[in-house]
Amino acid sequence: MAKQMAFYVNIAECVGCKACQVACKDKNNLPDGIRWRRVFEYEGGEWVNQAGTLIPSNLFTYFVSAACMHCQNPICLEVCPAEAISKRADGIVLIDDQKCVGCRYCSWACPYGAPQFNEKLGVMTKCTFCSDLIDQGGHPACVDACPYRALEFGDLEELRAKHGNFDNPAPLPDPSFTNPSIVYGANGETEVSNQATGHIMNLEEIPNEHA
Amino acid sequence: MSEKNFIKKALTETVMTRRSFLKWSAALGGTAALAGGLNFGLKTVEKAAAASAPEEIMTIGCYHNCGGRCILGAVVKDGTVVRLVPDPTTEEDPIHNPRAIPCLRGRSQIHRVYAAERLKYPLKRTGKRGEGKFERISWQEALDTIASELKRIKDKYGNESLYMHYASGVNWTGPNGRGPLARLMILFGGYMNYYNSYSTACYSSVMPYITGGSGNTADDVLNAKLVVLFGDNSVVTRAGGDNNGYYYMKAKENGTKFIVVDPIKTDTAAALEADWYPIYGGTDVALIAALSYVMVKENLYDKDFMATHSVGFDEDTLPEGAPANSSWMAYIMGQSDDGVEKTPEWASQITGLPAERIVNLAREMANTKPCAMFQGWGWQRRAYGEQPVRALPILAAMTGNFGVSGGGPGMRPSGMSFKITSAPPVPANPIKAAFPVFKWPDFITRGTEMTSGPVDRIHGADKLDASMKFMWNFGGNTIINQHSDVNGTAKVLQDESLLEFIVTVDVQMTPSARFSDIVLPETTGFESDNIITGEGHGEKGNHAWVLYNHQVVQPLFEDQPSLWIAEQLADRLGLGDAFRDGHQTPDDWMQDMVASAQKNYSDFPSLTDFKKVGIYKVSSNKPVIAFADFRADPVANPLATQTGKIEIYSPFLASQNDPKEIPAIPKYIPEWEGVSDPLRKKYPLLMSTTHWVARSHSTFDNVDYLREAHPQAIWINALDAKQRGIKNGDMVKVYNDRGEVHLPAYVTNRIRPGYTNMPQGGWYTPDSSGVDTRGCANVLTKYQPTPFAKGNPQHTNLVQVEKV
Repeated sequence: MAKQMAFYVNIAECVGCKACQVACKDKNNLPDGIRWRRVFEYEGGEWVNQAGTLIPSNLFTYFVSAACMHCQNPICLEVCPAEAISKRADGIVLIDDQKCVGCRYCSWACPYGAPQFNEKLGVMTKCTFCSDLIDQGGHPACVDACPYRALEFGDLEELRAKHGNFDNPAPLPDPSFTNPSIVYGANGETEVSNQATGHIMNLEEIPNEHA
Repeated sequence: MSEKNFIKKALTETVMTRRSFLKWSAALGGTAALAGGLNFGLKTVEKAAAASAPEEIMTIGCYHNCGGRCILGAVVKDGTVVRLVPDPTTEEDPIHNPRAIPCLRGRSQIHRVYAAERLKYPLKRTGKRGEGKFERISWQEALDTIASELKRIKDKYGNESLYMHYASGVNWTGPNGRGPLARLMILFGGYMNYYNSYSTACYSSVMPYITGGSGNTADDVLNAKLVVLFGDNSVVTRAGGDNNGYYYMKAKENGTKFIVVDPIKTDTAAALEADWYPIYGGTDVALIAALSYVMVKENLYDKDFMATHSVGFDEDTLPEGAPANSSWMAYIMGQSDDGVEKTPEWASQITGLPAERIVNLAREMANTKPCAMFQGWGWQRRAYGEQPVRALPILAAMTGNFGVSGGGPGMRPSGMSFKITSAPPVPANPIKAAFPVFKWPDFITRGTEMTSGPVDRIHGADKLDASMKFMWNFGGNTIINQHSDVNGTAKVLQDESLLEFIVTVDVQMTPSARFSDIVLPETTGFESDNIITGEGHGEKGNHAWVLYNHQVVQPLFEDQPSLWIAEQLADRLGLGDAFRDGHQTPDDWMQDMVASAQKNYSDFPSLTDFKKVGIYKVSSNKPVIAFADFRADPVANPLATQTGKIEIYSPFLASQNDPKEIPAIPKYIPEWEGVSDPLRKKYPLLMSTTHWVARSHSTFDNVDYLREAHPQAIWINALDAKQRGIKNGDMVKVYNDRGEVHLPAYVTNRIRPGYTNMPQGGWYTPDSSGVDTRGCANVLTKYQPTPFAKGNPQHTNLVQVEKV
């Protein structure tokens, strides 16, 4: 069994289509507004006037698919007053909806916005790593969904051995607080989160815009 | 056509290396995570069934018109589809036979089937056309009414007044889809034909006057060192995982460099990390002329090849009878009528690209070998869309890439076709006349005036003998939403003295359904058995497949498949026996289809076994290199053009006697409502209406998961937005003399200044004052056909944008 289940997301292979997001919603029957997996449209640069001709300057665009990071120090678990959040032996972080009281502390604490409140159910919900499928030898729905094969999953150390340990592409937050179980592949335009110059373009993913 | 020929040749010459079957009995364990159900608006689907209930995967297809086609598995449990999975076959060779993993559109099918807009019962219009007032009627009343209207209109106006409109929402090979209704109408005496499409009117119309065929199969792009895409956004337009966009990404991983020439830094350009040339839309031929000019001036082209393989590149290769200085060389060197040298500086003023970048691009394209150039279809859905299609192959030929692996002729990629007949078969139409499809409103208002002359270009007859009086709209949204100038079209449709009867068959209450007199509710792919092949537009690489689409849920409400609808009407028209021709069930027709496949593929299974295996794939481990034989010996292997050569100068187009708008060589023709139109004083922004990742044309616009993932918006450059006080996400009004649309703005640097883009396919939803509220781009587009193809110029528009 994996010591710590993790996702690998290769930004260099992502075309920003969000098939992963939609497959996750389909598999998990998620209502409008809840996205356990989301894709940030990230853009930087500007247009400048060069001798009377407008030209793009330092323009870059890439897409970052992100879900719950199943962190090694899950802050959501620490702050939950109902002790509804647990970390399995394989590192998958789960919310027990029988124990959850819907106080939303976890959503405020999580730097990735992973736990999301389901109004209809009255509880917090988030990416389960498709643990129901995993436990029977299957794959997370998002990983299987990618038409461009940009997603993988497996044990964190194995993924790091294969792909490196890049875990902080902009616009994601500083990973030092929670030690996310994630490996990203970068493309030639990818910025590091603490040196970000661009901005998130899709409104639904801009923090606080739709809190 | 040579396109078919070389595909046929590829099939016979190369070895079929891989055939794969799906073992469909594999049970995926597991239950859905969430308790409770989800209300889809029509039906509650319980997802938390007993953990022990077995799950079964049934193959289903994504059957819409993105051109891509992909394979899905429906995970069925206790008679309910609980989720979808991608192409369940094992991938042995990700290059030559990749899995057809669907994009987000295919993945959202459950929410399309159970959408709130699903049609439930036959409907009869009670208000004005377009008003959306209907009452429920029985199938019997609906079918009786349609049969009696068909007979009445045929008796009064003749079969030429009956018409089945262009539509692309449903693409089954059989037994449902458009075929059964077409068969019925042929047996009824025939109906008026159209030619062309809304996708490729200019591309298809001028192909015989340049190359006579499309390019290398998409898998060959892995052999390219440099790829230059002109208006090609294939990761969006063919988003699924066995199409050419997938091959572009594989080539990038392989080290191929990409350049994208496009007013928009598309998702394709971004994902490929391409060098972006943000050209003004509609000015591509000016760029190509200047690139060509640089190559000539710097001696960077293959003179010998141009001399032996082309017509009209220079004065020496002009065909007999062509006037002096009518060659491409004369045009770019300033010796033709306009007297203008097509220098990079000249092109810079038109295209908005710096002259220095044009020079560098020419050098890079000429010196990097092999270099593949592909054109999208976007640039030919413009005012003079015929021109760029014919211009790019000149560069492919000059740079030594025509007929070469890793290069290509500068057209679209080609692909393999799966050889299976459709059923029920559609006999030959006794009516031979055909009009260019974009001109269908003219067929309503002045059909009897339409002739084979330059205004209407009727094919197959000198003139039309009737105007349109009866219209079938099967699985389509082109009678209002997808045609240009929605407000103008609405007026034509609302005059019931012109087009007397409109029947729509669809699964959703679309804007086009709202303009119909009778609306028939059809089953979706979830609710009927069908067979479908993998090639929409055949750009998948050198592989093909056929899929058995299983009925996975019972038909909702009173929805019926189209075969049943056609049979019921055939009975009412006294054509029941002729229609059935001994076939009593859908399976009887599918037996015919399977039999045809068995003739072409010796190990193709029986229908019973095909249902079990679900998928049959064929592939070749060698790409097809278009026109390689022509390159080797142009005399022995001529192109399917009039001259047998690359027709830079077309004698046929010259004979049209319209040198301004239908020139014999491709030329830059400044567009009406283009970058240099004085109308920009009033409407300063160009606006294109591209395909959108969340839709296949207008299909899927009502699917919540997709509206959330990629909300409809108009793209506008940050400088243009700032000038107007518009911030990302602000509601704006977009307007011109034809109409007004309110929608959010996507303020970005990924589109060039002066240019905007409103993705096509938003459902026309006017408020009480006629303002569209859902981003229907065609409220703003112009109904002005292109000069030769009579194609749709839906990317050529001028608008103004203001904050609401």
